[in-house]
Amino acid sequence: MRTHAARIATLSEAVAELVHDGDTVALEGFTHLIPVAAGHEIIRQGRRDLTLVRMTPDIVYDQLIGAGCARKLVFSWGGNPGVGSLHRLRDAVEHGWPHELEIEEHSHAGMANRYAASAAGLPFAVMRGYTGTDLPTHTATIKTVTCPFTGEELTAVPNLGLDVGIVHAQRADRQGNVQMWGLCGVQKETVLGAQRSLVTVEEIVDELAPMPNQVVLPSWVVTAIAAVPQGARPSYAQGYYDRDNDAYRAWDGIARDRERFQRWLDEEVMAAKGAVA
Amino acid sequence: MSTETEAPAFTAEELLTIAAARVLEDGTTCFVGIGPPGAAANLAQRLHAPGLVLVYESGAIGAKPDHLPLSIGDGILGETADAVVSVPEMFNYWVQPGRIDVGFLGAAQIDRYANINTTVVGDYEHPQVRLPGAGGAPEIAANCGEVIVILRQSRRAFVETVDFVTSVGHGAGVGGSFSRQHLGLRGAGPTKVITDLGILEPDPQTLELRLTALHQGVTVEQAREATGWDLQVAGELEILSPPTTEELDMLRALKA
Repeated sequence: MRTHAARIATLSEAVAELVHDGDTVALEGFTHLIPVAAGHEIIRQGRRDLTLVRMTPDIVYDQLIGAGCARKLVFSWGGNPGVGSLHRLRDAVEHGWPHELEIEEHSHAGMANRYAASAAGLPFAVMRGYTGTDLPTHTATIKTVTCPFTGEELTAVPNLGLDVGIVHAQRADRQGNVQMWGLCGVQKETVLGAQRSLVTVEEIVDELAPMPNQVVLPSWVVTAIAAVPQGARPSYAQGYYDRDNDAYRAWDGIARDRERFQRWLDEEVMAAKGAVA
Repeated sequence: MSTETEAPAFTAEELLTIAAARVLEDGTTCFVGIGPPGAAANLAQRLHAPGLVLVYESGAIGAKPDHLPLSIGDGILGETADAVVSVPEMFNYWVQPGRIDVGFLGAAQIDRYANINTTVVGDYEHPQVRLPGAGGAPEIAANCGEVIVILRQSRRAFVETVDFVTSVGHGAGVGGSFSRQHLGLRGAGPTKVITDLGILEPDPQTLELRLTALHQGVTVEQAREATGWDLQVAGELEILSPPTTEELDMLRALKA
């Protein structure tokens, strides 16, 4: 099979091309390098019925859910780290607003293994986990499997079946090779585990100077790259800007109230149409 | 609560955090859960346990932050870590084989046998309160050498049976199908539950949580009042000394 280099596109072109109604989409980032701008573009383009996948759905997932983009959420920890609840997520689960949201919940270890199975092209991953908890009773994607070598009963969790994986990274070169460093969560697995991938980057440079603990994704495993400076805010991009902890605290008040959220959405996301090329 | 001049020398939260910091031993590896455990673990590292290895689920091993991070993935954790690993590596190579001595967790609800709920209050399908969910806790609780839980003590939180078992503590006690041994869980499970009233530890015979220590000035009655089951009390009840000025100053500086 011939491979293709990543296409360098605008954010709106890339989202229009790669993300379709009804897709299973992961926008990953474990606190760091969260592709917030890409999430906002999905809201602006009015995508519906998405199955959203994320280990730690935080405020951009709260926004996607509140904006009505999601049919289902697959996750392991849904909160505003260090602050409290995600009120739009809670409103959807507790009151069906703006509509019913199906949830499929795992532990971090389980989700991490699902990403690893996806990246490895395996139907499932094996782990020790969930034993004795109530999670397998409510989550159909937690099963057991017997080790063929020792006879031990272990836990199996399936491939995520991602249509699209979206992450943010520090930079890419003009050939579309992507470089990121710092806490990289499941960023690599998200790109390798999806049919199509979009990486937004702080900048596109001539040459990728090596960095400590770097993860490099070669151009030919990435579908599209879009330069979106500040594209992870209010999360952070190590070496570029810090986490805006005040914005995470402020989100609590905005998200508590449906009308205030709607106003925020209109002003901060919808009105920005075309602002991010 | 009180006016400025009558204010107590410390808050309940500070009391709880300092008591938790004291039990973390120097030279151990500690998996730092989200929320209150972070402050206690960072405080311990600055006070008596400079060799405490802080491990965060975001992938930071041996983090030495100079201020208290708001989240478990703030930049300062990765920048000061001995090693930064991916999240699949963290859970598969570090937590799963039992490489971490202490799992340090918070909880929304905890029951008589120290089982933990961070998923829902009420019925799962129609919850009264939808909580954030499991995160790393189920496998931390299963695989770390031991687990220390910290939370404020109240009848709402300390319940006879949790609404949802997110993480297994001591199951239904000794023996039976819902015991750690039968489930094959490798770690020792919760050894201490530290609260703003005192410390609860599993009874060595039954594994039921019983009161083993009180903060100075707190009565057994107060602790029993704040517990949703018939709380048993150890024969020898330790009285915990109040936070020192050094501990309080250090904690407040961390949070500043």
